[in-house]
Amino acid sequence: MLANLINGISLGSVYAIIALGYTMVYGIAKMLNFAHGDVIMVGGYVAFCSITYLGWPPVLAVLASVVVCTMLGILIEGLAYKPLRNATSLAVLITAIGVSYFLQNAALLIWTSNTKVFPNIFANLPSLKLGGTQVAPVTLITVFANIVIMIVLTLFTTKTKMGKAMRAVSEDKGAATLMGINVNRTISVTFAIGSGLAAIAGVLLCTAYPTLMPTTGAMPGIKAFTAAVFGGIGSIPGAMLGGILLGVIEIFGKAYISTQLSDAIVFAVLIIVLLVKPTGLLGHKVNEKV
Amino acid sequence: MSENALTPVLETSHLGIDFGGLTAVDEFNIRIAPTEIKGLIGPNGAGKTTIFNLLTKVYRPSRGVILLDGKDTRSMSPVQVNHAGIARTFQNIRLFDKLTVEENVKIGLHAHISYGMFSGIFRLPGYWKEEKRAHEKALELLDIFGMADQADVRADSLPYGAQRRLEIVRALATEPKLLLLDEPAAGMNPSETAELMNNIRKIRDEFQIAVMLIEHDMNLVMGICENIVVVNFGKIIAEGTPKQIQKNEKVIEAYLGSGKES
Repeated sequence: MLANLINGISLGSVYAIIALGYTMVYGIAKMLNFAHGDVIMVGGYVAFCSITYLGWPPVLAVLASVVVCTMLGILIEGLAYKPLRNATSLAVLITAIGVSYFLQNAALLIWTSNTKVFPNIFANLPSLKLGGTQVAPVTLITVFANIVIMIVLTLFTTKTKMGKAMRAVSEDKGAATLMGINVNRTISVTFAIGSGLAAIAGVLLCTAYPTLMPTTGAMPGIKAFTAAVFGGIGSIPGAMLGGILLGVIEIFGKAYISTQLSDAIVFAVLIIVLLVKPTGLLGHKVNEKV
Repeated sequence: MSENALTPVLETSHLGIDFGGLTAVDEFNIRIAPTEIKGLIGPNGAGKTTIFNLLTKVYRPSRGVILLDGKDTRSMSPVQVNHAGIARTFQNIRLFDKLTVEENVKIGLHAHISYGMFSGIFRLPGYWKEEKRAHEKALELLDIFGMADQADVRADSLPYGAQRRLEIVRALATEPKLLLLDEPAAGMNPSETAELMNNIRKIRDEFQIAVMLIEHDMNLVMGICENIVVVNFGKIIAEGTPKQIQKNEKVIEAYLGSGKES
């Protein structure tokens, strides 16, 4: 019971970190970046290569992964999404799916389809005993990272000028522009932050579930998107809450109901929540301007 | 006409825009002196807000030139126009509703707060110093309209008149040379309007900036504007002092209709 709860919170924390990327980009650029899950995969591969081929220490590998993914995020936004700033949301959505396939196939070319075994980067750290249950260091670090990221992001969006600019852009791009805010730059920064978080999520995910393939990011990406919608897309605490609930539901579903049905249970819960509260748990009602 | 000796803060020549086959604004030529208060009036649908959208580059002009402080704004984006010195308010209020009053003003101050993202995240001394400066500046600006005590209130919980005033403060925070006000008195009662008139004058005197305003409240327009431009069907039909405009036959016809008012 306790072990399952801990596992659920750990998995949920990874979902939450990924969901933050979805939710921030949606909140500010009003688009669903379906390539977000694949950035996680790239993050995993970069860390894997840095450790296995270059022999870098884990800290440096994580840093490299964050740097590469941040730049990748900015690059994707600038090349694929920026030219479509005034296009219909459907065009942007399809482009995002295209970017997702592009990243998966590029990874297939570079790293082949062979499964890579991700090294346990926290092997030297001791595990914690909690009520007779062994808690792996990766679990602790994941939960801790999640909390730190949540606090830093909340402070960032409420207290700094870039954070305020993001909230202004999220409400009214036109008015923000006329108040002297560079909307394109603000959106770029949002992608950079989201992708940097995806890299961290990638490393944590691969450490907990150490198989790495070009499609590794796809399923967690969709789950995290679900988590973001579940919590209320566009809301930072919502992504956090949605992610953790989703992880816990998934693990409990696996443990007590059926391993095969666990994904179905997760999505069934999403459907029920959306039927009862269409804006998600912490989402706000959006008044469409006519 | 001694003001014309100075470089006008804004000068347009042959400015115009077409939407498809429709000419919305044509041959729009104005000069605004550095501390002038100019009125832009005309019947509904005359193209007044379109002119504001042209001046702020929300719309790209189909023809003509806009000189801001003598500089051509042809290649500027709306952000650059704002940084170069034009700020505006909106006919339908467009505040950032979920931000507080102070945060809305700080958005305006944005371009003048100078610390990088790095020091913002890690709370370096530069962050604290600049944030303190921004906080003080925001309160100072809010105080012009007696709104400093509402700094921590969310913008959407302000009453209507206060929201209009906050829009002006937010625009003022971008340190403009020319402030464009789109129906600033809309929805205000007569005493609020009278106070607004005083405040517009005060802003002009204190900040030494030019103001151009679109307004349907003729008491306000005639009361504070030194010069008035009248447009109808996208073209200037008259220009002059309030006294001249009030007597202008064309204006009376366009504005009030040619028949006798009941």
